Amino acid sequence: MKQKIVSSLDAAVVDIPDGARIMFGGFGGAGFPNNLIQALSRRGIKDITAISNNCGTRDGELGIMFKNGQVKHVICSFPGPHANHFQERYAKGEVTCELVPQGILCERMRAAGAGLLGFYTTVGVGTEVSAGKQECILDGKRCILELPIHADFALIKAHQADELGNLTYRLAARNFNPVMAQAVTMTIVEVDEIVPVGSIPPENVVTPAIFVHRIVQAKGLHYAG
Amino acid sequence: MPDKPRLTREQIAQRAAQELPDGAYVNLGWGIPNLISNYLPKGITVYFHSENGILGMGPRAKPGEEDSDLVDAMKVPVTLIPGASFFSQADAHLMTRGGHLDVAALGGFQVSEKGDLANWKIPGSKGSGGIGGAMDIAAGARKLIVCMEHNTKDGAPKIVKECTYALTGVACTDTVVTDLAVIDVRPEGLVLREVAPGWSSEEVQAHTEAKLIVRGNVPAMRLE
Repeated sequence: MKQKIVSSLDAAVVDIPDGARIMFGGFGGAGFPNNLIQALSRRGIKDITAISNNCGTRDGELGIMFKNGQVKHVICSFPGPHANHFQERYAKGEVTCELVPQGILCERMRAAGAGLLGFYTTVGVGTEVSAGKQECILDGKRCILELPIHADFALIKAHQADELGNLTYRLAARNFNPVMAQAVTMTIVEVDEIVPVGSIPPENVVTPAIFVHRIVQAKGLHYAG
Repeated sequence: MPDKPRLTREQIAQRAAQELPDGAYVNLGWGIPNLISNYLPKGITVYFHSENGILGMGPRAKPGEEDSDLVDAMKVPVTLIPGASFFSQADAHLMTRGGHLDVAALGGFQVSEKGDLANWKIPGSKGSGGIGGAMDIAAGARKLIVCMEHNTKDGAPKIVKECTYALTGVACTDTVVTDLAVIDVRPEGLVLREVAPGWSSEEVQAHTEAKLIVRGNVPAMRLE
């Protein structure tokens, strides 16, 4: 059996290089890989492109990466009302930002995971996000071409993993995590619990093990905010 | 002379709630729309959708019963009603874009006479701004209700000929509920359906930049 379980958070992120493109799961305080983010930040990695719905909650979630100046570009839908570290860097021109409508962010990830080279959508037509994008009319509707978003790594959070990497999620902590796992070269997941193969009923698996490459057990940090 | 009383934000939400049919799948955005769930007409059940992957959200969680893994799109701890389900953010927006939501309600800065909506960025504002799920929802909801004050704090009209703020969507709005009026966006233009109690259609027009189509005697909103 392929060994995917690593013994520490630091070991889980040890080979992520400077300049990597990294997706980070989580939404609304739920489902963030906070322990992996802390480990990545500790490594002193720099110049990453971060792909995530938000840009942190003060020091929490991705906030620490912006606070330490480790992000050069971000692709997100909604930086968030408490993304003060991101906004400070953004105002100084130290980080650039591409805003993407939230569902289109998901769908561009899904296209990357599904081997699709792009898709047409009515979302964003006539708005700032259509700038520079090919526009055409399909089925009588104005639409724009959106391209896939691929990344080198996804750092995600799940509830349970079996030793193969089949994942379940708690409640609404699922959010972006499954689609990010599909869109990257290497998915690294932190989980509340690792269980033996066979103990997750197959019909309850949300992310199949094929999308998961490295598993670490971590007690979740939560940031109120 | 000071203006007559207008509806409160809660009353705008109360009037917008009357637009929800029994059994509808509904997404509520930030601001006034988020208050709508407090004013559901008696005897109807609607299934609230959240773009982080919930269908069937119930009321806000009671203090001490919050679960940080069960929050709405505004990060507020919520509960579930029987029959609720979870899914990924990608599937949540498949629902918004794919025309699966019966009704969505969003806040607004401006609505144009063609139903264009601007609701995510104020000109000259500092920082990056943020789109969130609004563009997907605006493009895909079967019926989009915009809930907002009729005028800015300075008295400028928010229902305008052409939006001057950054757009969220083009020709996406079906109905606007404000503190002065209920207005439907029709192919022929903006039709004034109801006015706030005590207001005439002429007075509402005087606070509106876009031309309102008035057919006969426009009834007053009913708020019980």
